[in-house]
Amino acid sequence: MGRLLPHPLLTPILAIVWLLLTNSFDPGQIVMGLLLGWAIPLISIRFWPEKVYIYKPLTLLRYSFLLLFDIIMANFTVARLVLGNPDRIQPAFVVMPLDLTSDLAISLLANSITLTPGTLSAQLSLDRKYLLIHAFNETDTKALVAEIKNRYESPLKEIFEKC
Amino acid sequence: MLEIVILIALALVAAAVAMSFWRLLIGPSVPDRILALDTLYINTIAMLMLLGIHIGSALFFEAALLIALMGFIGTVALSKYLLRGDIIE
Amino acid sequence: MLDYLLSFLILTGAIFTFIGSLGLVRLKDFYTRLHGPTKATTLGVGCLLIASTVYFSTRDAGVSLHEILITLFLLITAPVSAHMLAKAALHIEIPSLAKIPENKVSEYKKTRSEVVKQAGRQEVNPSSTETVKPDV
Repeated sequence: MGRLLPHPLLTPILAIVWLLLTNSFDPGQIVMGLLLGWAIPLISIRFWPEKVYIYKPLTLLRYSFLLLFDIIMANFTVARLVLGNPDRIQPAFVVMPLDLTSDLAISLLANSITLTPGTLSAQLSLDRKYLLIHAFNETDTKALVAEIKNRYESPLKEIFEKC
Repeated sequence: MLEIVILIALALVAAAVAMSFWRLLIGPSVPDRILALDTLYINTIAMLMLLGIHIGSALFFEAALLIALMGFIGTVALSKYLLRGDIIE
Repeated sequence: MLDYLLSFLILTGAIFTFIGSLGLVRLKDFYTRLHGPTKATTLGVGCLLIASTVYFSTRDAGVSLHEILITLFLLITAPVSAHMLAKAALHIEIPSLAKIPENKVSEYKKTRSEVVKQAGRQEVNPSSTETVKPDV
Protein backbone atom coordinates (compact mmCIF):
# COMPACT_ATOMS: atom_id res chain seq x y z
CA MET A 1 0.00 0.00 0.00
CA GLY A 2 2.52 2.58 1.17
CA ARG A 3 5.11 2.54 -1.62
CA LEU A 4 2.96 1.42 -4.53
CA LEU A 5 -0.04 3.65 -3.84
CA PRO A 6 1.33 6.58 -1.90
CA HIS A 7 -1.76 8.75 -1.93
CA PRO A 8 -4.91 6.59 -2.02
CA LEU A 9 -7.32 9.54 -2.06
CA LEU A 10 -5.70 11.25 -5.02
CA THR A 11 -6.11 8.28 -7.37
CA PRO A 12 -9.94 8.30 -7.69
CA ILE A 13 -10.00 12.11 -7.76
CA LEU A 14 -7.50 12.23 -10.65
CA ALA A 15 -9.38 9.46 -12.46
CA ILE A 16 -12.66 11.40 -12.19
CA VAL A 17 -10.98 14.62 -13.36
CA TRP A 18 -9.57 12.76 -16.37
CA LEU A 19 -13.00 11.34 -17.23
CA LEU A 20 -14.57 14.80 -16.99
CA LEU A 21 -11.79 16.31 -19.09
CA THR A 22 -12.15 13.81 -21.92
CA ASN A 23 -15.93 13.95 -21.50
CA SER A 24 -16.50 10.27 -22.17
CA PHE A 25 -17.03 7.20 -20.04
CA ASP A 26 -15.53 4.57 -22.34
CA PRO A 27 -13.85 1.65 -20.57
CA GLY A 28 -10.61 2.68 -22.24
CA GLN A 29 -10.78 6.16 -20.76
CA ILE A 30 -11.57 4.73 -17.31
CA VAL A 31 -8.45 2.54 -17.49
CA MET A 32 -6.42 5.53 -18.68
CA GLY A 33 -7.76 7.65 -15.84
CA LEU A 34 -6.92 5.03 -13.23
CA LEU A 35 -3.44 4.64 -14.75
CA LEU A 36 -2.85 8.38 -14.56
CA GLY A 37 -4.30 8.45 -11.06
CA TRP A 38 -1.77 5.82 -10.09
CA ALA A 39 1.24 7.35 -11.88
CA ILE A 40 0.86 11.02 -11.00
CA PRO A 41 0.94 10.55 -7.19
CA LEU A 42 4.01 8.31 -7.59
CA ILE A 43 5.86 11.06 -9.42
CA SER A 44 4.62 13.97 -7.33
CA ILE A 45 4.69 12.37 -3.90
CA ARG A 46 7.35 14.80 -2.72
CA PHE A 47 4.84 17.66 -3.01
CA TRP A 48 2.45 15.94 -0.60
CA PRO A 49 4.35 15.77 2.65
CA GLU A 50 1.25 15.42 4.78
CA LYS A 51 -0.66 12.15 5.02
CA VAL A 52 -4.38 12.68 4.60
CA TYR A 53 -6.88 10.50 6.39
CA ILE A 54 -10.61 10.99 6.42
CA TYR A 55 -11.86 9.72 9.73
CA LYS A 56 -15.55 10.35 9.16
CA PRO A 57 -16.62 10.24 5.49
CA LEU A 58 -20.29 10.74 6.35
CA THR A 59 -19.56 13.97 8.18
CA LEU A 60 -17.58 15.10 5.14
CA LEU A 61 -20.61 14.46 2.92
CA ARG A 62 -22.90 16.37 5.27
CA TYR A 63 -20.36 19.18 5.47
CA SER A 64 -20.26 19.48 1.67
CA PHE A 65 -24.03 19.86 1.46
CA LEU A 66 -24.02 22.42 4.28
CA LEU A 67 -21.30 24.32 2.44
CA LEU A 68 -23.21 24.24 -0.85
CA PHE A 69 -26.34 25.57 0.85
CA ASP A 70 -24.33 28.29 2.59
CA ILE A 71 -22.67 29.34 -0.67
CA ILE A 72 -26.07 29.91 -2.24
CA MET A 73 -27.26 31.85 0.80
CA ALA A 74 -24.01 33.87 0.78
CA ASN A 75 -24.67 34.98 -2.76
CA PHE A 76 -28.10 36.32 -1.87
CA THR A 77 -26.73 38.09 1.21
CA VAL A 78 -23.95 39.79 -0.72
CA ALA A 79 -26.28 40.64 -3.60
CA ARG A 80 -28.69 42.33 -1.19
CA LEU A 81 -25.91 44.32 0.46
CA VAL A 82 -24.41 45.38 -2.88
CA LEU A 83 -27.79 46.56 -4.18
CA GLY A 84 -28.53 48.40 -0.92
CA ASN A 85 -27.03 51.64 0.24
CA PRO A 86 -23.22 51.16 0.30
CA ASP A 87 -22.79 53.82 2.99
CA ARG A 88 -24.59 51.69 5.55
CA ILE A 89 -22.16 48.77 5.35
CA GLN A 90 -20.00 48.34 8.43
CA PRO A 91 -17.02 46.13 7.69
CA ALA A 92 -14.87 44.76 10.49
CA PHE A 93 -11.70 42.76 10.97
CA VAL A 94 -12.00 39.80 13.33
CA VAL A 95 -9.16 37.72 14.75
CA MET A 96 -10.13 34.10 15.19
CA PRO A 97 -8.02 31.63 17.19
CA LEU A 98 -7.70 28.26 15.44
CA ASP A 99 -8.10 24.81 16.96
CA LEU A 100 -7.14 22.98 13.78
CA THR A 101 -3.57 21.87 13.26
CA SER A 102 -3.31 20.06 9.92
CA ASP A 103 -2.57 22.11 6.82
CA LEU A 104 -5.40 20.66 4.76
CA ALA A 105 -8.01 21.33 7.45
CA ILE A 106 -6.84 24.92 7.88
CA SER A 107 -6.91 25.62 4.15
CA LEU A 108 -10.36 24.03 3.84
CA LEU A 109 -11.58 26.18 6.72
CA ALA A 110 -10.16 29.33 5.12
CA ASN A 111 -11.81 28.42 1.81
CA SER A 112 -15.14 27.74 3.53
CA ILE A 113 -14.99 31.06 5.36
CA THR A 114 -14.39 32.92 2.11
CA LEU A 115 -17.21 31.14 0.30
CA THR A 116 -19.83 31.63 3.03
CA PRO A 117 -21.95 34.65 3.99
CA GLY A 118 -20.22 37.96 4.50
CA THR A 119 -16.83 36.74 5.62
CA LEU A 120 -13.46 36.49 3.93
CA SER A 121 -10.27 34.99 5.29
CA ALA A 122 -7.52 37.58 4.95
CA GLN A 123 -4.41 36.32 6.65
CA LEU A 124 -3.04 33.36 8.55
CA SER A 125 -0.52 34.13 11.26
CA LEU A 126 2.88 32.52 10.72
CA ASP A 127 2.50 30.16 13.68
CA ARG A 128 -0.85 28.97 12.25
CA LYS A 129 -2.77 29.78 15.40
CA TYR A 130 -4.81 32.79 14.32
CA LEU A 131 -6.83 33.59 11.25
CA LEU A 132 -7.65 37.17 10.34
CA ILE A 133 -11.19 37.44 8.95
CA HIS A 134 -12.75 40.38 7.18
CA ALA A 135 -16.48 40.58 7.84
CA PHE A 136 -18.60 42.38 5.27
CA ASN A 137 -21.29 43.74 7.56
CA GLU A 138 -20.92 42.69 11.13
CA THR A 139 -21.16 44.40 14.49
CA ASP A 140 -21.22 41.39 16.80
CA THR A 141 -17.77 39.92 16.26
CA LYS A 142 -17.88 37.48 19.20
CA ALA A 143 -21.02 35.82 17.84
CA LEU A 144 -19.43 35.60 14.40
CA VAL A 145 -16.38 33.74 15.73
CA ALA A 146 -18.62 31.41 17.75
CA GLU A 147 -20.75 30.66 14.71
CA ILE A 148 -17.77 29.89 12.48
CA LYS A 149 -16.29 27.64 15.14
CA ASN A 150 -19.57 25.77 15.56
CA ARG A 151 -20.59 25.52 11.97
CA TYR A 152 -17.35 24.88 10.11
CA GLU A 153 -14.43 24.28 12.39
CA SER A 154 -15.79 21.49 14.57
CA PRO A 155 -16.95 19.28 11.65
CA LEU A 156 -13.58 19.79 9.95
CA LYS A 157 -11.80 18.83 13.15
CA GLU A 158 -13.90 15.69 13.38
CA ILE A 159 -13.24 14.76 9.78
CA PHE A 160 -9.51 15.32 9.49
CA GLU A 161 -8.09 15.06 12.97
CA LYS A 162 -8.05 12.27 15.46
CA CYS A 163 -9.52 13.46 18.71
CA MET B 1 -37.71 32.13 -25.65
CA LEU B 2 -34.25 30.76 -24.97
CA GLU B 3 -32.78 32.97 -27.70
CA ILE B 4 -34.12 36.15 -26.11
CA VAL B 5 -32.99 35.08 -22.65
CA ILE B 6 -29.48 34.40 -23.93
CA LEU B 7 -29.35 37.82 -25.56
CA ILE B 8 -30.46 39.50 -22.31
CA ALA B 9 -27.89 37.50 -20.36
CA LEU B 10 -25.17 38.44 -22.85
CA ALA B 11 -26.08 42.10 -22.40
CA LEU B 12 -25.87 41.74 -18.60
CA VAL B 13 -22.48 40.03 -18.77
CA ALA B 14 -21.23 42.65 -21.22
CA ALA B 15 -22.26 45.33 -18.72
CA ALA B 16 -20.34 43.40 -16.04
CA VAL B 17 -17.26 43.37 -18.27
CA ALA B 18 -17.61 47.11 -18.81
CA MET B 19 -17.83 47.75 -15.07
CA SER B 20 -14.76 45.61 -14.39
CA PHE B 21 -12.93 47.61 -17.04
CA TRP B 22 -13.99 50.82 -15.32
CA ARG B 23 -12.48 49.57 -12.06
CA LEU B 24 -9.36 48.46 -13.93
CA LEU B 25 -8.96 51.98 -15.31
CA ILE B 26 -9.68 54.09 -12.23
CA GLY B 27 -8.76 51.59 -9.48
CA PRO B 28 -6.99 53.71 -6.88
CA SER B 29 -4.58 50.97 -5.79
CA VAL B 30 -2.75 48.08 -7.44
CA PRO B 31 -4.74 45.29 -5.67
CA ASP B 32 -7.92 46.94 -6.96
CA ARG B 33 -6.64 46.55 -10.49
CA ILE B 34 -5.64 42.92 -9.91
CA LEU B 35 -9.10 42.24 -8.50
CA ALA B 36 -10.66 43.86 -11.56
CA LEU B 37 -8.53 41.64 -13.81
CA ASP B 38 -9.61 38.56 -11.84
CA THR B 39 -13.26 39.56 -12.24
CA LEU B 40 -12.67 40.09 -15.94
CA TYR B 41 -11.41 36.52 -16.30
CA ILE B 42 -14.51 35.18 -14.58
CA ASN B 43 -16.80 37.39 -16.67
CA THR B 44 -15.07 36.17 -19.81
CA ILE B 45 -15.73 32.55 -18.81
CA ALA B 46 -19.41 33.40 -18.32
CA MET B 47 -19.51 35.09 -21.72
CA LEU B 48 -17.82 32.17 -23.47
CA MET B 49 -20.29 29.70 -21.97
CA LEU B 50 -23.20 31.89 -23.08
CA LEU B 51 -21.76 32.19 -26.59
CA GLY B 52 -21.32 28.42 -26.64
CA ILE B 53 -25.02 27.89 -25.91
CA HIS B 54 -25.98 30.64 -28.36
CA ILE B 55 -23.99 29.22 -31.26
CA GLY B 56 -24.57 25.63 -30.18
CA SER B 57 -20.94 24.64 -30.18
CA ALA B 58 -19.17 22.83 -27.34
CA LEU B 59 -15.77 24.00 -28.58
CA PHE B 60 -15.64 26.94 -26.19
CA PHE B 61 -15.12 24.63 -23.23
CA GLU B 62 -11.37 24.33 -23.71
CA ALA B 63 -10.96 28.07 -24.03
CA ALA B 64 -12.96 28.64 -20.85
CA LEU B 65 -10.94 26.04 -18.93
CA LEU B 66 -7.66 27.60 -20.08
CA ILE B 67 -8.85 31.08 -19.11
CA ALA B 68 -9.83 29.77 -15.67
CA LEU B 69 -6.39 28.18 -15.19
CA MET B 70 -4.37 31.11 -16.50
CA GLY B 71 -6.52 33.64 -14.66
CA PHE B 72 -5.93 31.94 -11.35
CA ILE B 73 -2.20 31.65 -11.92
CA GLY B 74 -2.02 35.27 -13.06
CA THR B 75 -3.86 36.57 -10.00
CA VAL B 76 -1.73 34.55 -7.60
CA ALA B 77 1.49 35.58 -9.34
CA LEU B 78 0.57 39.27 -9.24
CA SER B 79 -0.43 39.10 -5.54
CA LYS B 80 2.78 37.26 -4.81
CA TYR B 81 4.69 40.00 -6.57
CA LEU B 82 3.05 42.63 -4.37
CA LEU B 83 3.72 40.55 -1.29
CA ARG B 84 7.38 39.74 -1.87
CA GLY B 85 8.59 41.87 -4.74
CA ASP B 86 9.42 38.61 -6.45
CA ILE B 87 7.36 35.82 -8.00
CA ILE B 88 9.60 32.75 -7.88
CA GLU B 89 11.72 32.52 -4.78
CA MET C 1 -40.28 22.80 -19.57
CA LEU C 2 -36.60 22.38 -20.27
CA ASP C 3 -36.57 25.79 -21.87
CA TYR C 4 -37.92 27.34 -18.68
CA LEU C 5 -35.28 25.62 -16.53
CA LEU C 6 -32.50 26.72 -18.89
CA SER C 7 -33.81 30.28 -19.05
CA PHE C 8 -34.02 30.43 -15.25
CA LEU C 9 -30.46 29.16 -14.81
CA ILE C 10 -29.05 31.48 -17.47
CA LEU C 11 -30.82 34.54 -16.12
CA THR C 12 -29.81 33.81 -12.52
CA GLY C 13 -26.21 33.27 -13.59
CA ALA C 14 -26.09 36.46 -15.63
CA ILE C 15 -27.71 38.53 -12.88
CA PHE C 16 -25.25 37.28 -10.25
CA THR C 17 -22.30 37.91 -12.54
CA PHE C 18 -23.66 41.41 -13.10
CA ILE C 19 -24.10 42.01 -9.35
CA GLY C 20 -20.55 40.84 -8.67
CA SER C 21 -19.14 43.46 -11.01
CA LEU C 22 -21.62 46.05 -9.75
CA GLY C 23 -20.16 45.52 -6.28
CA LEU C 24 -16.73 46.16 -7.75
CA VAL C 25 -17.87 49.60 -8.86
CA ARG C 26 -20.19 50.62 -6.04
CA LEU C 27 -18.49 49.61 -2.80
CA LYS C 28 -16.26 51.99 -0.93
CA ASP C 29 -13.04 50.31 0.10
CA PHE C 30 -10.86 47.54 -1.26
CA TYR C 31 -11.66 44.89 1.33
CA THR C 32 -15.42 45.13 0.87
CA ARG C 33 -14.96 45.18 -2.90
CA LEU C 34 -13.15 41.87 -2.54
CA HIS C 35 -16.40 40.25 -1.35
CA GLY C 36 -18.44 41.00 -4.46
CA PRO C 37 -16.52 39.19 -7.20
CA THR C 38 -15.43 36.21 -5.10
CA LYS C 39 -18.93 35.35 -3.94
CA ALA C 40 -21.37 36.57 -6.53
CA THR C 41 -19.40 35.41 -9.52
CA THR C 42 -18.85 31.88 -8.28
CA LEU C 43 -22.59 31.24 -8.14
CA GLY C 44 -23.15 33.28 -11.30
CA VAL C 45 -20.66 31.35 -13.40
CA GLY C 46 -21.72 28.14 -11.63
CA CYS C 47 -25.32 28.61 -12.78
CA LEU C 48 -24.22 29.38 -16.34
CA LEU C 49 -22.00 26.29 -16.44
CA ILE C 50 -24.81 24.07 -15.13
CA ALA C 51 -27.09 25.55 -17.79
CA SER C 52 -24.46 24.71 -20.40
CA THR C 53 -24.21 21.14 -19.06
CA VAL C 54 -27.98 20.67 -19.22
CA TYR C 55 -28.17 22.19 -22.69
CA PHE C 56 -25.46 20.06 -24.28
CA SER C 57 -26.56 16.89 -22.44
CA THR C 58 -30.09 17.13 -23.77
CA ARG C 59 -29.23 18.36 -27.24
CA ASP C 60 -26.78 15.64 -28.20
CA ALA C 61 -27.03 11.96 -27.38
CA GLY C 62 -24.44 11.54 -24.65
CA VAL C 63 -24.11 13.36 -21.37
CA SER C 64 -21.71 16.26 -21.35
CA LEU C 65 -20.41 16.88 -17.87
CA HIS C 66 -17.09 18.56 -18.49
CA GLU C 67 -18.33 22.05 -17.60
CA ILE C 68 -18.54 20.79 -14.01
CA LEU C 69 -14.75 20.73 -14.05
CA ILE C 70 -14.66 24.52 -14.49
CA THR C 71 -17.24 24.99 -11.73
CA LEU C 72 -15.20 22.89 -9.31
CA PHE C 73 -12.01 24.64 -10.33
CA LEU C 74 -13.54 28.07 -9.76
CA LEU C 75 -14.99 27.01 -6.40
CA ILE C 76 -11.52 25.94 -5.28
CA THR C 77 -9.51 28.81 -6.74
CA ALA C 78 -11.74 31.83 -6.09
CA PRO C 79 -11.17 31.78 -2.29
CA VAL C 80 -7.45 31.22 -2.77
CA SER C 81 -7.01 34.22 -5.03
CA ALA C 82 -9.18 36.33 -2.70
CA HIS C 83 -7.00 35.29 0.23
CA MET C 84 -3.82 36.16 -1.66
CA LEU C 85 -5.22 39.55 -2.68
CA ALA C 86 -6.30 40.35 0.89
CA LYS C 87 -2.87 39.35 2.15
CA ALA C 88 -1.13 41.50 -0.43
CA ALA C 89 -3.42 44.44 0.35
CA LEU C 90 -2.71 44.13 4.07
CA HIS C 91 0.98 43.96 3.32
CA ILE C 92 1.13 47.18 1.33
CA GLU C 93 -1.31 48.79 3.78
CA ILE C 94 -4.28 49.64 1.64
CA PRO C 95 -6.56 51.89 3.74
CA SER C 96 -9.71 50.24 5.05
CA LEU C 97 -13.06 51.38 6.41
CA ALA C 98 -12.68 48.89 9.23
CA LYS C 99 -9.94 49.10 11.80
CA ILE C 100 -7.08 46.78 10.93
CA PRO C 101 -5.72 44.97 14.01
CA GLU C 102 -2.33 46.65 14.28
CA ASN C 103 -0.29 43.85 15.81
CA LYS C 104 -1.54 41.45 13.16
CA VAL C 105 -0.01 43.40 10.32
CA SER C 106 3.15 44.35 12.13
CA GLU C 107 3.62 40.74 13.18
CA TYR C 108 3.75 39.66 9.58
CA LYS C 109 6.13 42.46 8.66
CA LYS C 110 8.44 41.78 11.56
CA THR C 111 8.77 38.10 10.90
CA ARG C 112 9.21 38.76 7.21
CA SER C 113 12.12 41.12 7.79
CA GLU C 114 13.59 38.57 10.16
CA VAL C 115 13.29 35.89 7.51
CA VAL C 116 14.99 38.15 4.99
CA LYS C 117 17.76 38.94 7.47
CA GLN C 118 18.27 35.28 8.19
CA ALA C 119 18.36 34.45 4.49
CA GLY C 120 21.20 36.96 4.21
CA ARG C 121 23.08 34.98 6.85
CA GLN C 122 22.48 31.70 5.00
CA GLU C 123 20.34 30.14 7.70
CA VAL C 124 16.75 30.16 6.57
CA ASN C 125 14.46 28.63 9.15
CA PRO C 126 11.09 30.39 9.01
CA SER C 127 9.37 27.84 11.24
CA SER C 128 11.49 28.82 14.21
CA THR C 129 10.91 32.57 13.98
CA GLU C 130 9.10 33.84 17.01
CA THR C 131 5.78 35.48 16.35
CA VAL C 132 4.05 38.10 18.44
CA LYS C 133 0.78 36.83 19.81
CA PRO C 134 -2.10 39.17 19.06
CA ASP C 135 -4.58 39.87 21.83
CA VAL C 136 -7.91 38.38 20.94
